[in-house]
Order: sequence, then C-alpha cells, then structure tokens
Amino acid sequence: MSGTILVVMEQRNGAWNRMSFETLAAAQQLAADLGGTAVAAVPGGSVGALANELTSKKLDKVYAVEHALLAQYTPDGFTAAIEGLIRQVNPSYVLFPHTYQVRDFAPKLATRFNQVLISDVVGFRVEGGSPVFVRQLFQGKLNADVKAGGSAPYFASIQAGAFRAEQVQEGSSAVESFAPALDAGAIRTKPLEPFRESARAVDLTAAEIIVSVGRGIKEKDNIPVVEELAKALGAELAASRPICDSGWLPMERQVGSSGQTVSPKVYLAVGISGAIQHLVGMKGSKTIVAINKDANAPIFEVADYGIVGDLFEVVPALIEEVRKVRGA
Amino acid sequence: MKIIVCIKQVPVRDSQLRVDASGRWIQEGDLSFEINEPDAYALEEALQLKEKHGGEVVALCAGPARASQTIREALAKGADRAVHIEDESVSNWDTLGLAKLLAKAAAAEKPDLILTGLQSDDLGAGQTGVVMAELMGAPHATIIMAVEVTGNGIRVKRELEDGWFQNVEMPLPAILTIQSGINKLRYATLMGIKKAKTKEIKKVTPGDLGVAAAATAVIERVYLPQKGKQTQLLEGTAKEAAAKLVEKLRFEVRVI
Repeated sequence: MSGTILVVMEQRNGAWNRMSFETLAAAQQLAADLGGTAVAAVPGGSVGALANELTSKKLDKVYAVEHALLAQYTPDGFTAAIEGLIRQVNPSYVLFPHTYQVRDFAPKLATRFNQVLISDVVGFRVEGGSPVFVRQLFQGKLNADVKAGGSAPYFASIQAGAFRAEQVQEGSSAVESFAPALDAGAIRTKPLEPFRESARAVDLTAAEIIVSVGRGIKEKDNIPVVEELAKALGAELAASRPICDSGWLPMERQVGSSGQTVSPKVYLAVGISGAIQHLVGMKGSKTIVAINKDANAPIFEVADYGIVGDLFEVVPALIEEVRKVRGA
Repeated sequence: MKIIVCIKQVPVRDSQLRVDASGRWIQEGDLSFEINEPDAYALEEALQLKEKHGGEVVALCAGPARASQTIREALAKGADRAVHIEDESVSNWDTLGLAKLLAKAAAAEKPDLILTGLQSDDLGAGQTGVVMAELMGAPHATIIMAVEVTGNGIRVKRELEDGWFQNVEMPLPAILTIQSGINKLRYATLMGIKKAKTKEIKKVTPGDLGVAAAATAVIERVYLPQKGKQTQLLEGTAKEAAAKLVEKLRFEVRVI
C-alpha cells in the first residue's frame, strides 16, 4: 500500500506511552497531507485490549503485533517484529514517538531498509508531494529542514509535545493480528527488571514556584546564589541534567526527560540554555522566566519573560527586589 | 579487552552560530571545536575499563583535518592509539553514511567492545552507535550509565525515562552508547600530553574503506527557530530588569 503511513505505538505492561497519541495525530496529518491513509501497530506480548482502544480512531487498520518474545522490550525482538510488519504492509512512511525505547531500536530498523531515522522531528510540511521534516540541531539553537532520500519506506520519530494528542481524529477501524516470526536464539540481549534508584525524597511536581539552575552557574561554589533566590521566593530548587551529573545538586532535583516533569505556576530558569531534553520536562509550566546571557538561547523560545544578562548580576538584584516586596 | 571509542569533534558549546552562504550548514571558519561531550564520557569509561581489565583503547574519529586536535587530546588522556578517517566533507554526511565508515574501520580492528556517546551536540541524531551495531551484526544497548564485565559478557545499566533504570546483559563483542555523567572525566596530565605526541594516528579515507556518502537524510536548509511564544524581554540594568520582573510576578502572575 503506497501512501500508507504506519505509526508504531508504544506501551509497557498494558499502559500507553502518551507520546504515542501525539505521533498518531502526526501520522493522521501526514496521511491527510499526502492523500494517503494511516495505520497503527501496537507491538507487545499481549496487546488486544490496547489495540481495541484504537478502533475508535481514524485509521485504516490497527495491527496487534503480538508474540511472547515481545512481552519484554529487546532491540532484536522489536526490530525483527516491526521489520516483518513493514515488509507485509509496505508503508511509505513509518512514524514513531521519540522515546528512549524508539531511540534504542528504530535506527537499527531503518538500517535494515538502507534508510536513516529522521529523529526528533518537531514538525513537517508537504512540498511537491513529499514531506519536509523539521528537526533541531545544536541543542535547539538551529532548526533544519530535512528531506528523506533513497527509496521508501522512510522513517521519522516525533518529539514530545510537537503534536497534540487531543488532535487525534476519531473514526473507526478494525484490529488485525500480526504474528511476527521471532526466534529466541536471535535475541542477544537479556533485559532484567526495570528499577528506580531510591524513593524520591523531593517531589518537584508539587511546587508552585521552581527556581532551576543550569550550566551558566559555572561552578559548584556558586550554587548558593540560586539557593538564596529559591529561599526568597519560597521556591523549590531544581536543575538541568549537567548540574546533577556533576554532583552539584542531587539527581532527584533534575528536571527533564530523564528527571522529573513539572508544571508549576512559575518556572524560573537561571543559566539554562534550554536543550530539548530539559524543555520537555518544564514547558508545561504556566509562566516561564528565563535569565540567560545568550539572547539566542532556545530557552527564550518558551519563556514568557526574559532577562538577557549576567546571572551573577541579575540574581542578586532579584533577591534584593523580592525581599523588598516580601518584607513590605 | 580491546575497546574502540568513537569520538566526534563539534563546535564548543557556547559558540555563536551563523548560517553559511549555502544556507545548509553553519559558518565554521571562526569557530573553536572540542570533543562531543557524551563521547568524552565514553572515552573515560573505556579508559576505566582498561584500567580494571587490561587491554587496549583505540580512538576512532571521522572528521576533517582539524579533528586531529581532538584525537590528540584523547591520546593525551590515555587512549593507546587512534584511527582518523580524514575527509573534509564528512561533517555533511548523514548518519547512515557516517556509521558505515565507522563500522568498516572498527571491524578491521576486531574489538571486544565499542563505546560512543549517546548523541552528538551538533546533529543530535543519537543513532550512530545503534546503526553501527546493525551494520556490524553486534548486540547493543543505549543511554548507558554503568558497564560491568561478567564471566561471559557484560551487564550494563540502561537509563529509561522518568528516573527508571534497567540492567541488560549481553555477550561480546557489543556496542554501547554512553550517557553523560556516567563517570567523572579526567584531565590530561603533562606526561600524557607528552606521550600523546609519539602515539600512532592511522589515517584512512572513505575511499580506502570503500564507503560513499548515503544521502538518506538530506539537510535542505538550516535557520534560526521561530519563537513559539512572545517573550517579554525585561531590559535595563540588572537592578532595573529585576525590579520589572518582580512587578510582573506580583501583579500579572500573582505569586509574590
């Protein structure tokens, strides 16, 4: 079926990864723009119930890709299963949510078709009958228009928040079962049970105000500068990944794709450039304030209020102003 | 244990980027370059594994002539030798072409383990290691936070989303993509820098390896992103801007 857009949905233990629905919305839009149809695949050990949920969406078909060897994710198992489905369905485009799991196997899958995954796509438009994908370069400082070359199928993964799950169109379709040919001996990695390091002592999600600090703070000895601001505002202190990697603040205060996702009333980003891994964890905040010396930092793309300047001058001034008001 | 570490040279983090005349890439002339940060962590992990288990660490880099600076730094930190796939156009190759180059050069070394960073700070595709694994027929795991050598292979700690982790076991040879923060980076010592000058850097070309660019993902144009939101910039001295912000937080956002 040329003109078919295949969207590969992600679930774990019977629960959807919500980004799947954002990607489903993207697939429906791409299908509409190209004059084609969208179909969905749900890979896993037993996915009947989830596949059934998709029959109320505007899709041509829902493939329940089931096998005992897919109950636990492995790159070998998922690559082989989706490869088999693609060879049967023959789609022109295959879309994935840009999750950690997709990053682990979709590039391998694309390689089997002598293609490359156009990853972390934030949007697309159709020009001359084929899509131009937009993705970020240099940690979000620049965007690039990317076109797929070579022959179909083409592969792309969609960034969190780039499309809206509410825009998924309703319709009706039927579930078709697809039993991939998998061989236990060909699965070379052995995954053990997922775990969390320790119970989280800090719940940033409950905070009304968050002061978050990034690389701009330069060294560990400067952390008290933002600590004091957090205290003055009655805020929780958080950080971008590099700060926690360096051990300047504990991991449990990390906001971003590998840390916590927060949506406080105010998120004050101090010295944070705004790499996408950080933005996905905080862009739902009601008000975003950015203090950064680089006017082109991507954090200003999501900020409601911005101060372009040296944080070591701005933050002390801000502490003083807050205290004036609070004291009054 | 023979370990290959794939490293990439990228513009330094704080670079002011300008689009070049072609509109398809950035002006590189006035930029400074450094090792891609996650690759620095991959190199460190390789050096620590060698210290524990013995063997050899080979740095592998595809890049123009300027990348030799970054390769020297890897040798100064402790890599035993290096392979430089030298080509002036290679920074414009897509991930598939680049991974083919690296896979071909790596396979010739018959390594036990290949490490690389989970993504590059420039293109950020985050796929090179995974594509290499497929091309080389090796198992792989991504976004790795710990590597442990076991009796018959390795056990690695893979990062999942939202603070979850998972241990994964696999046989060798294998390919891992390393997450920043897995270890503490070392500095090159004076002795290391001195020694690096005598270490071998083997140069090869894409032609030697029989690999041509793939052009499966073609960058048509690069440009500054459009703002999703209208940001109110608060101007003036630090004190003035701070006073304006407090006013906004008080009367518009109403949190103070």
